[in-house]
Amino acid sequence: MEKPNLSYIESMSGGDTIFTEKIIDIIKNEFPQEKELYYNNYNSNKYKQAADNVHKLKHKISIFGLNKSYKIAVAFENNLLEGNTNLNNEFNSILVLITKYLQKI
Amino acid sequence: MNCIIIDDESTARAIIRQLCVNVKNLFVLEEFPNAIQAIKYLNQNDVDLIFLDIHMPDFTGFDFIDTLKNPSKIILTTSDSNLAIQAFEYNCIVGYLVKPITLQRFEKAIEKAKNSTLIQVDKIVNDQNEPSSEDDLYVNIDRRLIKINIPSIYLVEAKGDYIQIKTEDKNYTVHSTLKKIEEKLPDSAFIKVHRSFIINFNKIIDIEDNSVLIKRDVIPVSRSNRPELMKRLNLL
Repeated sequence: MEKPNLSYIESMSGGDTIFTEKIIDIIKNEFPQEKELYYNNYNSNKYKQAADNVHKLKHKISIFGLNKSYKIAVAFENNLLEGNTNLNNEFNSILVLITKYLQKI
Repeated sequence: MNCIIIDDESTARAIIRQLCVNVKNLFVLEEFPNAIQAIKYLNQNDVDLIFLDIHMPDFTGFDFIDTLKNPSKIILTTSDSNLAIQAFEYNCIVGYLVKPITLQRFEKAIEKAKNSTLIQVDKIVNDQNEPSSEDDLYVNIDRRLIKINIPSIYLVEAKGDYIQIKTEDKNYTVHSTLKKIEEKLPDSAFIKVHRSFIINFNKIIDIEDNSVLIKRDVIPVSRSNRPELMKRLNLL
């Protein structure tokens, strides 16, 4: 599986470490909330709302340079809009991957 | 040039703010986590440019634009790459940035925004808006414009930020509102029977009390919409 990285955030920062730290703090705060919202909606079979949550989470996935995972998230979002839960396991793995990464950095 | 940022995602707001720092003479006046707060601000302040997320709960970016009488120039910032065609129906939209936004693309969009005038965009939109056929409706699904034959539609249902269009052959889920599709469907065949449902009048099988059977769907008829429905029935 691909590995998350900070390339995008560092390219934004232009060497400004304060910005890098700030954006990581924001993500550390926002990602668990979005994730929880997603799990709540998914587990309640509210797939349209869960698709909206996946839509938001996609941005975080792309920020960490997870290109393949981003494509999975796009497909999963579309699946959920059709009430189809295929790719759920793959998407959960992406969330776990980012969760672990955020604990490290 | 001054600007505001509207995005429900704080990460996105922080990134756009940082991108603005890198552009000379671009000043962020305010940022807002939802469109409602931004509308209040815009009622009292003039801004040159708005960075606007489309996909926000309750009130989408497009809903926001629809409320503006004299909109500023708008650059859409979104994770959806398939809303560009819908976006350029609005003459105030001068740019479309797909997240994650790179500095290079951001600078290009700002340059384009500086040089664009709303009239020029309006002209282009008018040319593109010529309907191809009165019986066809094009919807944007998964980056494709899908043609739907209007007479084949028997039901449209609102589902949050989406609508589900049911036809004889297939169902389509589209990011839009019931109000928008209502404007596109001919009054002669379609009628709104409930705040969440529009039906094709010609496909009704039967009506019972406060519901209508259309294909295999039983659709509620609201008290306020019932008189109009009854008026249009050819009663014996």
